[in-house]
Amino acid sequence: MIIGAPPVPTSRDRGGPGTPLLEVRGLVRHFGGKGGLFGKGKSGVVRAVDGVDFSIAKGETLGIVGESGCGKSTTARLVMQIIKPDAGDILFDGEAVGSQALSLGAFRRQVQMVFQDSYASLNPRLTVEETVAFGPRVHGAKSGAALAKAHDLLHRVGLEPRRFAGRYPHEISGGQRQRVNIARALSLDPRLLILDEAVSALDKSVEAQVLNLLLDLKRDFGLTYMFITHDLNVVRFMSDRIMVMYLGKVAELGPSEPIFATPGHPYTVALLSSMPSMDPDHRTEEAPLTGDPPNPIDPPSGCRFHPRCKMVSTLCSQAEPQLSTMGQDHLAACHLVNPQSGHPRLAAA
Amino acid sequence: MSTTADTIVEASGLTVDFASGKGLIRAVSGVDLSLKPGETLALLGESGSGKSVSLRALMRLHPSSAKIGGSVRVDGRDVLAMSPRELSAYRGKTISMIFQDPGLAFDPVYRIGDQIAESVMRHERVSRSEARRRALELFERVRIPSPERRLDNYPHEMSGGMRQRAMIALALACRPKVLLADEPTTALDATVQIQVLLLLRELQREFGLAIVFVTHDIGVAVEIADRIAVMYAGRIVESGSCRDVIRNAAHPYTQGLLASRAHGTLAPDQRLRAIPGAPPDLAAPPPGCAFGPRCDSFAEACARAVPENVRVGVAHEARCLLAAAAMAPA
Repeated sequence: MIIGAPPVPTSRDRGGPGTPLLEVRGLVRHFGGKGGLFGKGKSGVVRAVDGVDFSIAKGETLGIVGESGCGKSTTARLVMQIIKPDAGDILFDGEAVGSQALSLGAFRRQVQMVFQDSYASLNPRLTVEETVAFGPRVHGAKSGAALAKAHDLLHRVGLEPRRFAGRYPHEISGGQRQRVNIARALSLDPRLLILDEAVSALDKSVEAQVLNLLLDLKRDFGLTYMFITHDLNVVRFMSDRIMVMYLGKVAELGPSEPIFATPGHPYTVALLSSMPSMDPDHRTEEAPLTGDPPNPIDPPSGCRFHPRCKMVSTLCSQAEPQLSTMGQDHLAACHLVNPQSGHPRLAAA
Repeated sequence: MSTTADTIVEASGLTVDFASGKGLIRAVSGVDLSLKPGETLALLGESGSGKSVSLRALMRLHPSSAKIGGSVRVDGRDVLAMSPRELSAYRGKTISMIFQDPGLAFDPVYRIGDQIAESVMRHERVSRSEARRRALELFERVRIPSPERRLDNYPHEMSGGMRQRAMIALALACRPKVLLADEPTTALDATVQIQVLLLLRELQREFGLAIVFVTHDIGVAVEIADRIAVMYAGRIVESGSCRDVIRNAAHPYTQGLLASRAHGTLAPDQRLRAIPGAPPDLAAPPPGCAFGPRCDSFAEACARAVPENVRVGVAHEARCLLAAAAMAPA
């Protein structure tokens, strides 16, 4: 599949290897709160993302997991600036997005996104090659050069241009469509790819093919991934580090293996034990969590997870836990992780 | 499969054909199913494998343009011979169904409690207040918090997990003997999915329900099923107990599905052993074994005829020439 050297202009690395490719500080986005839809009914602020900090190193894959409504997709859209943040800084390779050094346009050329719905993401009236060539054309490439680039990318994502270039989105399968979306995302030579549930709608046998493709492309193009999914097996397979979100906050953040082996936050523990056991002799007998994820309108006081937590104490409803270090680069926002928090279970231990 | 007195669902040689622009499409080509009361069978397969079409055939939910062949007997009655009136009495009373999207299963303009009560009154001679009492009891049974208040909710006022519980309550309103489940947990978060699976297991024990559970997720099948039937291109290619299918998969497709899963024991940067290619176009299926073009062990003989179902263990069968060869006396 690989033809020629991967086109990775090293000169684009402005901050050097030590600077994270993406750094997000104090990201906040609330929705609504002005009297609700049509100006009547209940008013409530949806605290979709409520103070999120993270960074992604160059060449790394950060996986983001959490239940629906936890803010993982909103975080991705905020990073892309599809939605404007209420507060917070986004630094790309050390430069603030929207500053003089890095305009929004220049930033967006370097960050591309792949969505879950492969069909809705494509213009039904453009052929596959036109779709992939569209971005380069908009950014000033000559028609012939843009088409040549499109063919090269289609080849790299496993779609033979001679067979697929002239087809329309409805003429190809879901897996093939998602390959087109990936090719399009790569057409501007981005450095960061945001994959928002990009494989979730695919059949399992096709999902594995696309995951392998993503691994290959990451290596060949020197990419960095922000990988959002609800599938914990997939996130473990793909990610170097994982961020667990709960109701607009970071619950836990750290390298994949420690998160799976010694999760610090009771929510992460529950999330992991909600995975099907795959063992007919040891099926799950008790649900790790009861109830649905709560509504991000009017979230619980203190620790937002406390109403569903098995380790809850009065402290948890009063004080909000901050992210505390529990191992190398491994942070969790739980009073149990912070020895000074005064959580009664710490004294008992 | 022999008919015994204690089977509740018995389908044999089930075929379903749809007319399409490309001609007749055989979505299901010869499926045999048999279920005892209190048993759960998972139909496992990818999109287009015929799992949902088979499920719907048990309830005759297809448009009249679809042709159903073979035989379907549920609770001793011939489903394919039922008149519209008989069918209407059969659906909901003997057999009922839950779907992936509970938002579509409920009418958005009626209160959920009324919709459940309506179903009870349709099938049993009970008063509205009695039907309403039954609805409340069911809401308690499926563990919807503050059930009394929730009965007056409209579907949009409930969260996804709660709507799914309400749909289960609706499906069980007339105490059916068979429950058909079409990916009921696919749209739910993992934390809610496991709650719903455990609830179904519990209700099944209590009511002695037979459940046919359609899913594309092996993990879900293992959590819910006694037996698993793996479908590919309209046929059951392997069936057996949960243990046999997971631990001693005999069909290369099942083996491929198991191997291609991303799972915990994989080393970082290891590639997944993906099955190459894509499921076949049912309008132009490949000759012989439909999995042949994607199979590592493909041989010429595979394209000659559809492999027969062979027994590879106790109540464990597979449609593969390799499995047949392995079982043949040396």
